[in-house]
Amino acid sequence: MDEAILIGINSIFIVALVSTFIGAVSTVQVSYNMESAFIPRSTIGFIVREMIILELAPTITSIVLAGKVGSSIAGGLGTMQITEQVDALEVMGINSISYLVLPKIIAALLVFPMLVILAMFLGLMGGYLAGTLTGQLTAQEYITGIRIDFIPYNITFALIKSVIFAFLISSISSFRGYFTSGGALEVGSASTAAVTNSVIAVLIADFVCAQLLL
Amino acid sequence: MIEIHNIHKSFNGKKVLDGVSGVFQTGKTNLLLGASGTGKSVLLKCIVGLVKPDIGSVTFDGTYFTNNKLDIKQEIRRKIGMLFQGSALFDSMTVEENVEFPLKMLNGMSKDERLDRVNFCLQRVGLEGTNKKMPSELSGGMKKRVGIARAIAPKCTYLFCDEPNSGLDPLTALKIDRLIKEITEEYNITTIVVTHDMNSVIEIGDNIMFLYEGKKLWEGTSDNILDSDVPELNEFIFANRLMRDAKKVEEEERNQAE
Repeated sequence: MDEAILIGINSIFIVALVSTFIGAVSTVQVSYNMESAFIPRSTIGFIVREMIILELAPTITSIVLAGKVGSSIAGGLGTMQITEQVDALEVMGINSISYLVLPKIIAALLVFPMLVILAMFLGLMGGYLAGTLTGQLTAQEYITGIRIDFIPYNITFALIKSVIFAFLISSISSFRGYFTSGGALEVGSASTAAVTNSVIAVLIADFVCAQLLL
Repeated sequence: MIEIHNIHKSFNGKKVLDGVSGVFQTGKTNLLLGASGTGKSVLLKCIVGLVKPDIGSVTFDGTYFTNNKLDIKQEIRRKIGMLFQGSALFDSMTVEENVEFPLKMLNGMSKDERLDRVNFCLQRVGLEGTNKKMPSELSGGMKKRVGIARAIAPKCTYLFCDEPNSGLDPLTALKIDRLIKEITEEYNITTIVVTHDMNSVIEIGDNIMFLYEGKKLWEGTSDNILDSDVPELNEFIFANRLMRDAKKVEEEERNQAE
C-alpha cells in the first residue's frame, strides 16, 4: 500500500499536468495542420483522441513516470544498499529482494494503468479546453470528433502497454538500485542509468507492442 | 560457539582471506583485530553469510552453515543479531519500528508483546523514551545503541559488531564497548567484534584474533597481548603512544615485583 501511494498518489500531479497540456498542445497543432474547407473540424477531435489513447497517454505517462518513479526506486534501493540496510535484512533472515523489490513491481503494475486512464481523460479534457477556449473548434465539433469510429480495443491496447511499461520501469529501476555498490556518487549514477535504461526499454516495447497487438 | 575452518576469499584475483581458522567462544567477547584492509570485515561477512567464502566452512554450535540448505541457513540467521559499522537503521522507520522490525518479521508475537520487548531493549541500551524519533534525529552513539537494541530484540544467540565504536568520541566508544560486553555476559551469547581500536581490545577483549594481510597471525587475550612476540602485532599495538607507555609501566611493575 505504501509503495502504491509512493508510485501512484504522489505521481498524480505530474501526470495530470503533463497529460492536460499534451492534450491541449495536440489539439492546437492538429488544428493548425488541418486548415482545409474539405476536412470537417470534428476530425481534429478524432485525431487527438487516437493520439492520446494509443500513444501519448500510455507512453508519455510512462516516460514521465520512468523519470519520477524510476529514479526514486533506484535511489532508494541504492541508498539502502550502500548504507548496509539491505545487508541488515539479509542477516535477519529476510529475503531482501522479495521484501524490497516485489512490492514495488506489484504496486507499479496496479497503479500505472490507473494513471494512464487518468492521463487519457485529462488529455482529452485538455484538448477540449484548448480547442474551445482558443476558438479552434466548437465544443460540439470536438465531442463529435472524439466519438467518431471509437474502437474499444484501443483502450485495452493502451492498458496492456501500461502494464508492460510498469513492469519494465519498476524492474529495471529496482535492478539498477539493488545492485549499486560504492558511495553516493554511484547512487546518483544508478538513478540516471535506471531512468535512461527504462526510457529506452519503454520505447522499444512500445514499438514491439504496436507491431504485435495492432 | 562459532567455528571457522580454513576460510579463503579473493576478490578479482586479490587474496583477502588466506586460510583463517578459529573458534569463537560462547559468553565471551571475541575480537577480530587488525589494521584497515586486512580482511576483518570480509571475514565477519563470510561468517554471517553475506559473502560466500571461496574455500572453508563455518559452523554455529555444530550446525554447518556455509553451503547448507537455505532453510537451515535462514534458521541460523534468525538467531543472529548484527550491528553494522554505519548502524544500518532503516531511514523510513522510527526507532521503535526499527527495533520492532525483526520481531514483526520473524517472531509470532502480538503487538503488545512486541512493544514490551522493544521498550525493554531500548531501556537496556539506555534509550528509553526515544521510541518515536527518526534515525536522522539521533547522534552517532545513539544510532549504535539503537542498532544494538535491534540486534538483541529477537533474543539473538550470536551477536556480530562491525567496528561498533568507529566515528565516536572516546567516552561514547567506551560506553558502547561496555554495553556489548555486558550484553554478551548477561545473555551468554557468542559475540564477535571487528575492531582496530586498542581501547576496545584492552576493555573487552576476552579472546582476540589478530589478522594481517588475510592471515591469522596471533590469538590470545587482552591480558597477554602486550607480551606478544609477533612483530606485525607489536607494530600495530605500539603505534599508539599510550600503548607504549602502558607497556613501559607493565615492565616496570614486573621488574619491581622481581
